[in-house]
Formats: sequence, C-alpha cells, structure tokens
Amino acid sequence: MENEELIAQVQTRFPEASIVLGNDFPEVSIDSKQLLPVLQTLKTEPSLAFNFLFCETCVDWKTHFTMVYHLESTTHRHNLVIKANLDRVQPEIETACHLYRAAELHEREIFDLFGIIFTNHPHLRRILLTDDWVGYPLRKDYDDPINMIKL
Amino acid sequence: MFEQVSANNNGELVINVGPQHPATHGVLHLLITLHGETVTKLEPNLGYIHRSIEKMCESLSYRQFIYTTSRMDYLSSHINNHACALGVEKAMQIEIPERAEYIRVLMSELTRLASHQLWWGAMAMDLGALSPFFYAFREREVINDIMEETCGARLTMNYFVPGGVMYDIHPNFVKRVKDFIVLFKSKIAEYDELVTGNVIFQNRMKNIGIISKEDAISYGCTGPTARGSGVSCDVRKNYPYSIYKNVQFDEVLEYGCDAFSRYQVRIKEMYQSVRIIEQLIDQIPEGEFQAKTKAVIKLPKGEFYTRVETARGELGVYIVSEGGTTPYRIKFRSPGFSNLSALEHMVKGHKIGDLVAIMGVLDLVIPDIDR
Amino acid sequence: MDVKVTPPSEPFPGTVHPTDGGGILLSTLDDVINWARSNSLWPLVFGTSCCAIEMMSTAAAKYDFSRFGFEVARATPRQADVIIIAGTIVNKMAPVLKRLFDQMPDPKYVIAMGACATSGGPFFYNTYSVVKGADHIIPVDVYVAGCPPRPEALLHALITLQEKIKSGATRDQIRIEMKDNGK
Repeated sequence: MENEELIAQVQTRFPEASIVLGNDFPEVSIDSKQLLPVLQTLKTEPSLAFNFLFCETCVDWKTHFTMVYHLESTTHRHNLVIKANLDRVQPEIETACHLYRAAELHEREIFDLFGIIFTNHPHLRRILLTDDWVGYPLRKDYDDPINMIKL
Repeated sequence: MFEQVSANNNGELVINVGPQHPATHGVLHLLITLHGETVTKLEPNLGYIHRSIEKMCESLSYRQFIYTTSRMDYLSSHINNHACALGVEKAMQIEIPERAEYIRVLMSELTRLASHQLWWGAMAMDLGALSPFFYAFREREVINDIMEETCGARLTMNYFVPGGVMYDIHPNFVKRVKDFIVLFKSKIAEYDELVTGNVIFQNRMKNIGIISKEDAISYGCTGPTARGSGVSCDVRKNYPYSIYKNVQFDEVLEYGCDAFSRYQVRIKEMYQSVRIIEQLIDQIPEGEFQAKTKAVIKLPKGEFYTRVETARGELGVYIVSEGGTTPYRIKFRSPGFSNLSALEHMVKGHKIGDLVAIMGVLDLVIPDIDR
Repeated sequence: MDVKVTPPSEPFPGTVHPTDGGGILLSTLDDVINWARSNSLWPLVFGTSCCAIEMMSTAAAKYDFSRFGFEVARATPRQADVIIIAGTIVNKMAPVLKRLFDQMPDPKYVIAMGACATSGGPFFYNTYSVVKGADHIIPVDVYVAGCPPRPEALLHALITLQEKIKSGATRDQIRIEMKDNGK
C-alpha cells in the first residue's frame, strides 16, 4: 500500500491520532494509554497486517520521553512508525511483547538504559548493565563522573 | 553473577554457559534450566561487551560516529559503515558518484563472503570438526589481503565515508578479485563436499532448532535465520539501496525451518555474492570516488531510518537529529539482538548438545548484540 | 668416538665444556626452567570482540602461532599459562576476567591485545561502561598496539613474552628477588 493510502486508512481507524509523513515512513502519534488497542488493530486487520516489529526504541527529549515503534507488514511491504509520549517523572507504558515477541528483549533494553516501566512485562530486569547499576545511562541528564571521561 | 550450579524442586538443574565459553563465540552468558539433558528454559544475560556505543555517538560528529560501527559487527564492518553513510547521505541529499556505488557494493559482498566463511569454519569447529576452520581461514586471508590493499585494514575498515569511499581502489583490485573468484568457486565445492554432504553433520543439524514462519516474524528474526523459515526479508531485494536494484541475484529461501535450512541459506548466499561480484567487477565506471561534501556535516532536523542487509540480517540505523553537528540520539537495530531472542524458542525441548549446533548456525556476533 | 654436537636453533641456556666422549653442560636450574617454560605457553581462548578474530587468524593456517609453542589453545583457565585479552573489557566483564586470571595456575602471563585492552582505545571518552585498560584489573606483561593489531603484531608480542620469560625478569621472579633482598 502506498503511503498516502496507508495514512488515510490509519486515520479513519484512529481519528484522534495525528499522522504525518516523515522522512522515511508515516508517523502516527498516539496517546500512550491507547498503545495496545492500536497495535492490536494494526496487527490483526488483514489490509494492514503489521506483523513485524523491527525496531523499538525510546528518545529522551528532556521534557518527556517518546517511545518509537517501527512496524512492517511482511505481506504488504508497508511500514509505519508509532510514537507515544511518556511522562518523564513516571514513565509507564503497556508492554507490546504479547503481540510481538521481539519486543521482550527490546523492552528490557529500554528499561535498562532509559528506565521506562513496561507494565505486564514477564520479567522486566536489567539486561545489559549489572543489577546494582544506579541510574539510566541513555537519559540526557545521566552523569557518571567515575566512569565517564568527557572530551 | 550467577556462578553456582543449583537444583530446584522439580529436579531441574540451572547451569551457566558463558560468559567465558568456547561455544558462545564471545562473551554471551546463557542461564539454562535442564531437566536431565533436555533444555526447559533458556535466558540470555547480555552486556558483557556493552560498550555504550549509542551514548558515545551522541557526542561524536557525523563523520566520526561511522567508525564506532566498524567495531559493532566487526565481521560485516563495511556493511555497517554503509548503513551509516547512507543515513547521512539521505538526510543531506548527497548524490554519490556511480564509481563509489560500485566499489561499495563490491566491498560489501566481499565482506559478506568473508563473514560467511568465518561462520562456516567456526560452526564446524563447534560441532567438533577442526579442519574446516583452517580451510575457511585460508580463503578468508585472500579477501583480507584484497581489503588491506585498498582500505589499509584487515578487519575494521572505516572505508565508507559520507559522500563515497575514502580512497580509490588499488590498481590491483580488479585482477585480485577475479583471481579470488576463480579460487573461491573451486573451494566452495570443497566446502560442500566436506561438510554439507556429510551424514554425521546432517544428522546433527536436521530437525533441530525449529522455528515456524510466523514465529520467526514475531521474534523479529531477519537474515539467514528468518530466510531458513521461508520469510522473505532480504533488504537488498525488498527495499533496494545503492545499486542493488540493477544487479541480478536471487533471494535465497529455504522452507525447512530447522538449523540445516539456515545452514543451506548461508551456503547458497555465498554463491549469490559471487554472482553479484562477477556482474560488477568488470563494469566499475570511471570517475570520481567521492562526492564533494562540506567539511562539517550538519544534518537537518528530523528523524532518519536506514536499513541494510548485513551478513546476519537487517541492520537499521535510526538517527534523530536536532540540526546540530552531532546526532541527538542514535539507535542501532542490530540483527543479532532479535535473532538471539528467538534462541529460547529454538532450543526448548532439545538436548543440551544441540544447543551448540543451533547457536553455531545463528552466527552470533556478541558486540553486535550488546553494542 | 667423535660426537658431533649440532647447535639447536634456539640456544640452550648454558655453556658446554667439551670433554672426551661428550661434554659437560653448566647451567642454572632457573634458566633451564625458564627456557622450557617459554617454549610451551598455552593460551586461554579468551576473546571479547574484534581482536578475537585476529587472534583466530593468528591461530589459523597462514600465520600459525603453534610454530612458537602456542599450539594448545585451552578453553579452561586451569590449563592455561597465558591469557591474551583480545578485546574491550567492560565493567560487567571485569569480575569475570579477574576470576579467570585467579583460576590460572602460576606462573601466568598476560598479553593485552589491541587498543581497547591497553587503554580503552576508541571507547575511552564518553562511555559509561568501558574499563580504561585491562591493567586496571589484572597485571599485564606485554601490550600490543593496533585496532585490531595485525597477526604479525600478536606474534611479535608472543615472542617478546618468550624473551621476557627467558630473561628471568617476570613479575613473580622480580617479586621473589625483592623479598629475598629484604626490599
């Protein structure tokens, strides 16, 4: 499906979402509480069929976090980006790992490096750093005067 | 650390494989729950080579950050550099000279061959056959010499820069690549004879590590791991970049869903890489090898996602730019990370001896997983 | 009867005084032990990142470090004499490396291969997880420059280590000597 057609179809399904065509893919901004129903529809609807979560990450914008989900349909070969803003004080979002198994490790990594809580995740623990690590290194305000030598 | 062996109430035994273990190809740590000899649960514990590349990149300029990616998946360093260079070029709207595109694709395919050779040798070594390791390295050294002549390095090349390649190819390049192709074609038949057709090898590889097409997609597998289950996911075919759309080659698909299918995909991919090289090697156009770019690269504000096909699968580079000289955030979607998440699904219910075979055929590069 | 003594390619430490029917060898036991030790160093298979591939190349057919007595790469530290730190060491790996080193029997030697193991290398600035040099964790005998070093560079390091052992100036021996001298 071409991008314009895809945007129109997604817009009719989720009227409250704002959709823009980014540099590479259409980007859909949704409310973080709506994540699971949106993903559910995108995955199960045969004309959309977004069955492949190829990238999941987070961006720290200093005032808030943005969760970014890159979706692809292996049948229709179209791509979509889902974005959800999170509060910086208590970042919480529903896990996507029951829909996409790939999300399980990605979410553990995001928890490790950004400190975002994924509710209903089967085992949300640190994965890359040691369990006793203090802080979340990929946040912009992270500082580690012992380990980090700044240039 | 969870170093001790412990038994729980169900008669299950929890053992640690790694981080220092010859079969994990680096410093992967797996917590395995065994019932007798059968694996009932497997949990990867990563981070023993987590070098915080994503954080580092936030303070490096767009010319510098490419070099850290050579150290990420060091077996496909050219292809990693390609992904980053493509991302910067797309954002800057730089046109690449055609000569540079040809050189890039040739180098990428040579890297893929070298990577698959190393995988083949190391995998056979994991299964107890030592001589394939020496045979694979014998041919790999020839590629390394070709690389060294042009790029000046054997492993971490840093040859692709935004706008093209760093220097022109060496005058001997074309001749040596042609010689190598002649040599390699005879050797790959030898590989097949020695390992692929071997009954003991086939018995060890067939019907283990089964992952269905749906599961492979759900786990986010890409590359030969997914293509062994019949998932069409070759970025070179589906989202062609560089000059791949002008090149004749087949996407290798196998439908056996087991470890042997994934093995066959990689072996057949070597033939396809040879095919690509043969098509391009005589047609490298004359001209510039690098487009003129500004000394300081500033990306426009926005988000850019580029994907390329490395030897292990799809590598994505997600650049978030605020308009400055350094990226605001960079995420590398590494193929190994997602492939590893499917490991538990593949291994569950198999004997612990099969774990080594399944992991060997996954071709994990740990710094690529941990970044 | 004439006995022809062919000089070995590597001179045995000591002097031979020819006598009728052979000769008398004068040497010190320490020298003989060091000589024997240096020619049979078993490395531990320990590679964390890129340098491990160059270490494998060194072991493979073209460069072949078994020519110098490094033939038997061991997978367990309990049977190894030398640990080649091939790759970056991060904070999470540091206790593991220390433990591996502790498990190796004496005398043990360490080669820091490549820029990362020497100083943190390309991952020195702005990283939160990299140990800036393996010598923060365990003592290192020989450093090799390069990112990654060529196999020839690793071979040179291995030969340098052999020379160091033969000269009797290894860390343990210096320490024992200092203790004997009351320092």
